[in-house]
Formats: sequence, C-alpha cells, structure tokens
Amino acid sequence: MAQITLKNLAHSYYPNPTKDADFALKEMDHVWEDGGAYALLGSSGCGKTTLLNLISGLLRPSQGRVLFGDTDVTDNATAERNIAQVFQFPVVYDTMTVRDNLAFPLRNRGMDAAYITARVQQIAAMIGMEDRLNFKARGLTADAKQKISLGRGMVREDVNAILFDEPLTVIDPHMKWELRTQLKSLHREFGHTMIYVTHDQTEALTFADKVVVMYDGRVVQMGTPEELFETPQHTFVGYFIGSPGMNFLDAKVDGSRAQVGGAVVELGASYAQVAGRTQIGIRPEYATLTTGQGLPMQITRVEDVGRHRLVRVQVADQEISVIAPEGAPLGADLTHVQFDAARINVYADDWRVAPERGGAA
Amino acid sequence: MDKTQNNKAWFLVLPVLVVVAFSAVLPLMTVVNYAMNDTFGNNQFFWVGLEWFEEMVTSDRLHDALGRQILFSAIILAIQVPLGIFIALNMPKKGFWASLCLVLMSLPLLIPFNVVGTIWQIFGRVDIGLLGHTLAALGFDYNYTNDAFDAWATLIVMDVWHWTSLVALLCYAGLQSIPQAYYQAAKIDQASRWAVFRYIELPKMQGVLLIAILLRFMDSFMIYTEPFVVTGGGPGNATTFLSIDLVKMAIGQFDLGPAAAFSLMYFLVILLVSWVFFTVMTNLDRREGK
Repeated sequence: MAQITLKNLAHSYYPNPTKDADFALKEMDHVWEDGGAYALLGSSGCGKTTLLNLISGLLRPSQGRVLFGDTDVTDNATAERNIAQVFQFPVVYDTMTVRDNLAFPLRNRGMDAAYITARVQQIAAMIGMEDRLNFKARGLTADAKQKISLGRGMVREDVNAILFDEPLTVIDPHMKWELRTQLKSLHREFGHTMIYVTHDQTEALTFADKVVVMYDGRVVQMGTPEELFETPQHTFVGYFIGSPGMNFLDAKVDGSRAQVGGAVVELGASYAQVAGRTQIGIRPEYATLTTGQGLPMQITRVEDVGRHRLVRVQVADQEISVIAPEGAPLGADLTHVQFDAARINVYADDWRVAPERGGAA
Repeated sequence: MDKTQNNKAWFLVLPVLVVVAFSAVLPLMTVVNYAMNDTFGNNQFFWVGLEWFEEMVTSDRLHDALGRQILFSAIILAIQVPLGIFIALNMPKKGFWASLCLVLMSLPLLIPFNVVGTIWQIFGRVDIGLLGHTLAALGFDYNYTNDAFDAWATLIVMDVWHWTSLVALLCYAGLQSIPQAYYQAAKIDQASRWAVFRYIELPKMQGVLLIAILLRFMDSFMIYTEPFVVTGGGPGNATTFLSIDLVKMAIGQFDLGPAAAFSLMYFLVILLVSWVFFTVMTNLDRREGK
C-alpha cells in the first residue's frame, strides 16, 4: 500500500495532441493519500475512466508520471503495479467455477494453496456466494457475475489500491446499498486505498471520505461532501452536487453587494474587483420565499417531491429553484425571494471567487 | 388461448415442398431405388433387397477408401484448426494491415476448386512446376505422381493453403467480439498469456470454432475435385478417397447398385457426424443461456 501521486499527468488518445481539446485528461497534479476512500464523480465522458486506467497502467500517459509511494511506476506494466480494478460490466472467466474465479488472481501470484482456500471462503462470505462456489460462472445472472468481479478485485490483500469503475451499474438497487456498505466496512477493516468512479452523487457521497469532482478532463474540486455542498469551486460542482443543483444568477458584484437585474443582493462577504462573466450561486435550500424582502420573483411551477416542495421561480428573467418546507402555504402574497447571505458564492467565468474577508472561505 | 385454424396457410409452404421434392427428395429416392435393384442395361431392373448394402459393408475397397478419408480429414483438421487459431491470434486487430490481412486471407477461399487443383497440379510438377522443380533442384526426390507419400503431402499442403483461411477468419471474428475489459481484467489479475488464451479467448471462440470444425470436417470428408485434378486418386489407390471411389464405381464401372448403396451410407455418415456437432453446439448455447 502506498500513496499515489500523479505528477503533471495528462493523456490524449491522439498520437500527436496539439490543442487543449485533444486531451481526454488535462494536465493535473494530484495526490491520493494512502488508505483514503475516494469517490471520483463526474458526468459521462469527463475522463474518469481514463484517469483510473492511467493509475492501473492499462493506459500509458501521454505525459507526466505516476508514483506509488516514492517509486515511479509510469513505465511499469499493470501486473507489476499490483492494483485491483473492477469494471463497469461484469468480467468473469466463463469456463471456471465461482471458486476458481475468485482464486485466479491469487494463483497467478503463486500463493499457498491453503491460504487461497481460506481467503476465497472469506471473500465468498462477503459477497454472499458461499453456496454457489462450485457453480460454473457462465450460468449466473449479471449481478452475480458482478459480485464475482468485485470479489476478484478484493481477494488480494496486498494491493496498492482498489479501483472501482462504476461497479454497481448492473446491480439492482437493494443489492447496491448492501454491497456499498460492505465495501465501506471492508475499507475500514483493511485500509486499502480505494477510488470509486461513479456519476451517481448519492453513491459518491455515501462511499467516500473525499469526493473528487471531474469536469471536461480536469479535476475541478476535491473535498469532503460538505465542502462540495457549501462551497463548490466550480459552477459544475454546484450544479452536479445537490438535488436540484445550485442556482446561478448573472450579477454585477461590487464590494459586498451584487446587482441582479434591477435589485440588490447583500453578500455575506466583500469581494475585490471581479472580472469575466459574473454569477452568484445559491443553493435552493438556502433560498426562502417572502412577502416583501429580497428579490422580486414570480412562481412558475411547484413540484411536490415528498418531504418538501420544489418551487421554480422567475427572477430577473432567469429561472431558479427554491425548496419550500412541506405544509407552508404558497399564497399569492409571496412575491419575493430572499437568500441566506452567508451561503452565497460568487463565480467568475465558472470558477469560485474567494471573498476578501469573512464569509465561508 | 384459442388458435386460429387456417389450413390455407399450408398452400404457402407448397412451393418450397415442390422445389425440395424435385431437387432433393426425388433424386435421393432414385438413388434408394438403384441401391435395391440390379440392372444389366436396357432399363431392366431386378429386385435384390439389401444385398448391395451387405456387399458394400464388407467390401475391402470401401474400407480402405473410408480409412484414407478419415485419415485425410483427421490430418487436415489437426493442422488447420491450430494453425487457423494461431493466425487469428496474431493478425492485426485494426487499421490498414488488418484490412490487408483479411483480403489476402480470403483470396484462397475465392478460387474455384478445380482451379486450386490445377494450380497445385502444375505447381508441384517436377519438370515445369515451381515447387516440384525447386524441390528436385534441392536434391529432394519429390514426385507426387508416383510416390504415395509425396501425393499425400501435396494434397494436404494444398488443402491447408486453400482452407486454413476459413478457420482463421472465423476465429478472428470470434476474437474481435471479445470486449476489451476481459483483457484488462486479465492484466489486473496478472494472468499469463497462456491463461488469457485458455480462459478468455478459447471459451469465447468456442462457438465459431465448432462451426469451423464442422465445415472443415464436412468439406474434407466430401473432397473430390482437388485430388481428382491433382492425383486422380493415384498413385495406385493411394489418394482414392470416398468420393473419388464412388465416382469411379458409378460412372467408371457403371456399377450403379453398389455405388448407390455406397453413397447412401456415405450420406448417413456425414449426417450422423453433423448431427453430433449440432447437438453439441445447441447444448453449449443452452448452457450459455442459463
């Protein structure tokens, strides 16, 4: 086990990349702490899988180095890196039994037979397939096969890291929950570095201590779920995390005030001169509908989503969402929307601007 | 559920029945008829029952031809299947070279059988053939017209040249359908090259490989044109395979009765083997689907 360091790492699938857009993974520096449970979150095609394959050595980076601890492994083949990886779709060895499938990585490393038997039994218990160890893998259902893939990923105890590439896509929801919990407890027990790729924010937030959000081949933010929620560093993070995502309103920021349309919004902090396209971002959770304070608005739609109601309102020709508590009347007297000043973030060209002083840094 | 009774639908099957009757059933019945009768010309037939079958089953001539046939099929399968797999594994997977390989590989398959025979008949001649002349110049005593071993070797090399592509192309198609993730998982699991072949490639090729073996078995078991053109069944009877023997008997000696009985048994053997293959394949599919 070791800390994984990515130095100036970038990758392009073209032989001679010239412009920025040629890179599937833009240049990045990143450190994965030893024993961390990370979730790699992002929409499809943003480079998550590329990043995983670079770490496991299935791809060789166009530039930059990959370090395990202090060892440079950029030129090492996958086998030498001793990494486990679980893929999105089940990969099992059809002609082998479940037992042989689980034992395969251990046998390839020449482990002792008694150890293999014991370890396979242990993993089988964890994925709940003890009773099917002697079945041929080819006859099993997709989620059983994926459980075997997961088991094969976890069977080696000495791996440097375990990488999961959207491993629960084919598993049904009930089982998903259970397997995720098991992965989590496994992490606590053995302390492997785990990187879990997903585009499902619930999955990411429940699994990981640290969530890494990727957008367009770049890591835009790494932080705890709370940090991602309160202070998204990029509009994509704000929009991607949360349900619904953060609201963004075009604004002119001057000191500790923002101009939205004709009205003025008080910000919780003061900002230096902001250049570029300026927006203020506010979570729907931190907006309240009022009878007079705040920005004038018009309700366009109300959706009841169970524990609360989602109100779509029109502010200065832009649509935003507001979460209204269940039961509170939504009368015609509600004409304004007010934001919690301390929770407002300011963005210039999609990147968060740090306030000069005070506020939630 | 109530079934709709509409017997008019049977009329739609009629054209097929007529075509099959004229193209397959009636000729086959004629053969059955010949096999049960003896004739001395003049269109006069005498009923002999199963006598021809008894004679053929105990005939040394047929036993020898069958032996040669089985040996030939076994040898070419033993060469073409491993060789075809080997070629498929080593072909480029994409790009210009892959296309070029595919075109080159399919060329022998496009050449008509008698042309293949003629090519090798000339190629192997000691006086003017490139192969035969070169071998002779190198000091080999090679002559496929009077040496049984040389004749066999020529026929086998010719068949390998003609048909290995088929096995290779089918295996190649099977290999191409394996998702990349399998190879990646094998790398992660630190599998050896042999293990990748044994546990990923071979199982995934199983279906196409069985088809390839079935096709190669049937074709080689019925082989006629090429040995007929190259060796004419000689030297002596060394390369007289079942079909060559059959034609000699039926058209050379006009022994229609024994030849008909012979061909029926020949047909049944191929039918039997094909049935075995079919059963094995469908069982594999069923296991896959479970």
